[in-house]
Amino acid sequence: MSGMTAIINYDAGNLFSLVKSFETIGEVATVTLDPDVIRNADCIVLPGVGAFGAAVRRLTESGLCDVIKEEARGGKRLLGICLGMQLLFEGSSEFGNYEGLGLLKGKIAPISEIIPKDYKIPHIGWNALRVIRGDSQIISPDLDGKLVYFVHSFSARDCGDAVVATTEYGAEITAAVEQGNIFGCQFHPEKSGEVGLEILRAFSTEG
Amino acid sequence: MVTKRIIPCLDIKDGRVVKGVNFNGLNDVSDPVELAEKYERDGADELVFYDITASAEGRRLLTDVLSRVASKIFIPLTVGGAISTIGDFENALSNGADKVSVNSGAIRNPSIIYEASNRFGSQCVVLSVDVKRVDGEYHIFSLGGRYDTGMTAMEWISRGVELGAGEIVVNSIDTDGMKGGFDLPLLAAVSSEVNVPVIASGGAGSVFDFITLFKAVPRVDAGLAASIFHYGEVRIPDLKRDLSAAGVNVRL
Repeated sequence: MSGMTAIINYDAGNLFSLVKSFETIGEVATVTLDPDVIRNADCIVLPGVGAFGAAVRRLTESGLCDVIKEEARGGKRLLGICLGMQLLFEGSSEFGNYEGLGLLKGKIAPISEIIPKDYKIPHIGWNALRVIRGDSQIISPDLDGKLVYFVHSFSARDCGDAVVATTEYGAEITAAVEQGNIFGCQFHPEKSGEVGLEILRAFSTEG
Repeated sequence: MVTKRIIPCLDIKDGRVVKGVNFNGLNDVSDPVELAEKYERDGADELVFYDITASAEGRRLLTDVLSRVASKIFIPLTVGGAISTIGDFENALSNGADKVSVNSGAIRNPSIIYEASNRFGSQCVVLSVDVKRVDGEYHIFSLGGRYDTGMTAMEWISRGVELGAGEIVVNSIDTDGMKGGFDLPLLAAVSSEVNVPVIASGGAGSVFDFITLFKAVPRVDAGLAASIFHYGEVRIPDLKRDLSAAGVNVRL
């Protein structure tokens, strides 16, 4: 139990399941836009589905970009999920160029650039994790080969040794990243059954 | 490689699960929350909840079922049935649905696909279509399979994808409820046409039908069925084991 987890609310899809998944592992999670709640939280979760540009705009308008960056740089544990993970990087080439939070090195680009033409987009469904860094705090080596649920058309590229797990979809796709107190999952742990709950538990209890 | 998905569909009326045979003759099967938990334990990859009452009270009960299921089960959930407004999308998504499936509502007002995918992302907009052969052509039917729109399946599905649908559920009225296998020619035609995931629906009667589906039409991503799962005629753990043994990549 790590105290309170703040889930950033910016009109980003199904937050209900995210809250319930934290409750299921015995954590208290609050959906919020309030900077003070975020500052007082023990962990921050940045969820997200949809378009990068629109999400950055909503976060910037609500003044939360700076709060999230300050808290993350101050050492608070931050987990980005799906689009939320993509937002942790420097920028995206989605429909123009957008700047991200810049907490991790790398960029977001369409998977269509790296996968064969006959592969479907979005990449939707259960796919296997390949754990490539044994020292991850949230993706234990036991999860190698385990299936998690993906829904995305963009992926993180050039992120160096922050990559802790990948998945195979016509190319090696970044599945999870980690650098100190900053974590990201391209897949949805809150939609990945027991495996997903295990990852959220590790995020909440480590550190 | 992404696995082939097995998706039980729960038709909900007055908060209970029912299943139609050729869209008629409904039987009460079970409690949706209990059934959903059983399917999750059995290894279902995703669940679909379909509101067949299309009344305000039916919708309220479905929302209640959805939020109770989503509090306990952490796999993707889709809601469908009489979805016609952005408000319907919002209501489903804020109560634990990850995807919303539109059918007749999108035929009446195709821009709902565009608006919803713009607002919530393509990944949560599922276009569900009911298809029946008419004079050798695949026609799109609306209103639960009762009304021939005159549109061909390819025409409407391609348009739906252009408007932003992120997944297509293809339900064959010709094979639905017959338990003689999925409509392979229709599914082959649709899945060669579009580059978004295709979910096959209508006609599954046995484990063999799923194996045949994924072998004969490898571009199909998922198989959806209702009564054979509800009545225990096909058990999901057996289905997945046999699919895997047949060389189909599934989540075990």
